[in-house]
Amino acid sequence: MFRMLRGDYGGQILIALVVLACAIVPYLNLYVPPSSPFHLSTFTVTLLGKYLTYALLALSVDLVWGYLGILSLGHGAFFALGGYAMGMYLMHQIGDRGVYGNPDLPDFMVFLNWDQIPWFWQGFDMFWFAMIMVMFVPGVLAYVFGWLAFRSRVTGVYLSIITQALTYALLLAFFRNEMGFGGNNGLTDFKDILGFNLQSDETRIGLFVASGIALILGYLSCRAIVASRLGRVAVAIRDSEDRVRFIGYRVDKVKLAIFTFSAVLAGIAGALYVPQVGIINPGEFSPLNSIELVVWVAVGGRGTLYGAALGAILVNYAKTYLTGALPEVWLFALGGLFVFVTLYMPKGIVGLMRRRQKEIGA
Amino acid sequence: MKQLDTLRETMRRDEVFSFVKPDANIQPITDRGVILSLEGVNKSFDGFKAINDLNMAIDAGELRCIIGPNGAGKTTMMDIITGKTVPDTGRVRFGQTMNLLGMSEPEIAQAGIGRKFQKPTVFEALTVAENLELAMQGDKSVWSTFRAKLSGSQQDYLGEVLETIGLQDGAKGRSGSLSHGQKQWLEIGMLLMQRPHVLLVDEPAAGMTHQEMDKTTELLTSLAGDHTVVVVEHDMDFVRSIAQRVTVLHQGHVLAEGSMDDVQQDQRVIEVYLGE
Ligand SMILES: Nc1ncnc2c1ncn2[C@@H]1O[C@H](COP(=O)(O)OP(=O)(O)OP(=O)(O)O)[C@@H](O)[C@H]1O
Ligand SMILES: [Mg+2]
Repeated sequence: MFRMLRGDYGGQILIALVVLACAIVPYLNLYVPPSSPFHLSTFTVTLLGKYLTYALLALSVDLVWGYLGILSLGHGAFFALGGYAMGMYLMHQIGDRGVYGNPDLPDFMVFLNWDQIPWFWQGFDMFWFAMIMVMFVPGVLAYVFGWLAFRSRVTGVYLSIITQALTYALLLAFFRNEMGFGGNNGLTDFKDILGFNLQSDETRIGLFVASGIALILGYLSCRAIVASRLGRVAVAIRDSEDRVRFIGYRVDKVKLAIFTFSAVLAGIAGALYVPQVGIINPGEFSPLNSIELVVWVAVGGRGTLYGAALGAILVNYAKTYLTGALPEVWLFALGGLFVFVTLYMPKGIVGLMRRRQKEIGA
Repeated sequence: MKQLDTLRETMRRDEVFSFVKPDANIQPITDRGVILSLEGVNKSFDGFKAINDLNMAIDAGELRCIIGPNGAGKTTMMDIITGKTVPDTGRVRFGQTMNLLGMSEPEIAQAGIGRKFQKPTVFEALTVAENLELAMQGDKSVWSTFRAKLSGSQQDYLGEVLETIGLQDGAKGRSGSLSHGQKQWLEIGMLLMQRPHVLLVDEPAAGMTHQEMDKTTELLTSLAGDHTVVVVEHDMDFVRSIAQRVTVLHQGHVLAEGSMDDVQQDQRVIEVYLGE
């Protein structure tokens, strides 16, 4: 089963670390007493869990950008859609414990004087259905979008711009109250997931471990694609799309398949993110978010998968630190980081490490 | 989709219904006879006529050389055959029946027309062997490509091709670090992996040493017969060494056609090309 990891030392290390974290973090949180210096607060566990979902999101971006050459500036949209699907399930779980105590309608609908739940909220009270939608909705959007774009051979900057427009359009749409997704405030005040209290340490640990498992499975499936002949076709498309057509591959179909798969991964990441942060609002569709996650991948090193995961975790760690210490600096730091990486570290941190290794070897 | 295409094809106004046509027209493409034909093809780029009423027929198993000054439209002709460029008017047929216009590049490639580009384009990030593997004939749908594995016989054939193109030692090396001549060879190898009926080869000898050129001549000559080979080349010695039949292209039109000797005698050809 782990055939795809052969020769991928970075991936092996990444997976080993995630497995280790999934074993140690619960122990440090649940069994080490809070008085001990080794105790890990639930706040930290949630933060780490959030990083793991970001890492999964970064993987999905790297798959299309690093291997297929599609610079998507709209992957945040797929993440957010997955998040909303999960959010809708969590809203149903609140039941009559909302402020208005309406057993059928989420608070914001009562507030809007709606008397019945819209049709597209149907079924989201069932966990399995919501989980299918977590993958299905981003997948279908990516499929339709990709079908239109790849068939008409939109590439390069133009494609990046329309992905950006896509997420911006969704941002505007989800801001509207009439859309039925809570408008400006989004979905929040979640109580339970599968009947487990979202505030409890155990649930938080469960979500953390679930994020770790999702990251590992996501990594393995991306690796399975990349290590297959399809992965080599993807790289060939990245470097010389025309040439690939002349040896008989349907470039549009290859792109469509990988792009859709990537959107599904991003959706899953979003679904794991929402219960941990406790809210999903239209801000997640912000174009800036999508650009930020491209920066993660660039910093880590694109076209390596594990580099993308590494970049996501490092940049977000820096973000957590900086937005706490010097909030006004963060955006400048992000912009500066991107310029610096593009100019001096075109292969990201992974590229630097590889070069260092070669120098030592030589 | 397929039905729609069939319907469109049946409803064409410039054609009699295919069932009215004599049966003799329907032949398998590997048979003797014309395998590739261009009729009255025109193509302008922003008012500039790159291809001007081009008519040409190539027999199965033939080794045809196409020569002509820079900008004569040789590459554009190949673009039209392989589906990269859509002509303004005219017809392009593969075998007796297959209409290449309206087919996409991958469809044409899968139908058995392979192409080597003027500027060697190999996938530089991949190894030599991987380049060949991608080009290999077979089911190229997304799922089969994902599941694909080299079978024993495919491995053998890949080895054979590596030997033919003289790259067996560097098979695991990145193709980006090959020399210009070696890239040319690799591209020819990719063409062989596709096992096409027709090979369109654009300037194969560019950047090759004399020795390499001789090897190319030998290879192309050996391929003709079982395959149809169309070569565009500038190097006259090279053309002389392989050509059975030569077509001279000038301003997008066929200026002369015949054996190398005939063509060289032709006054107009001397004027526009050989004389200079
Ligand atoms: N896509 C295009 N857009 C505009 N002009 C084009 C295009 N493709 C070809 N041309 C023009 O058509 C003419 C024929 O070009 P083509 O490349 O077919 O010549 P060629 O015979 O292959 O020449 P060479 O020997 O230099 O390779 C040239 O004048 C070229 O500038
Ligand atoms: Mg040319």
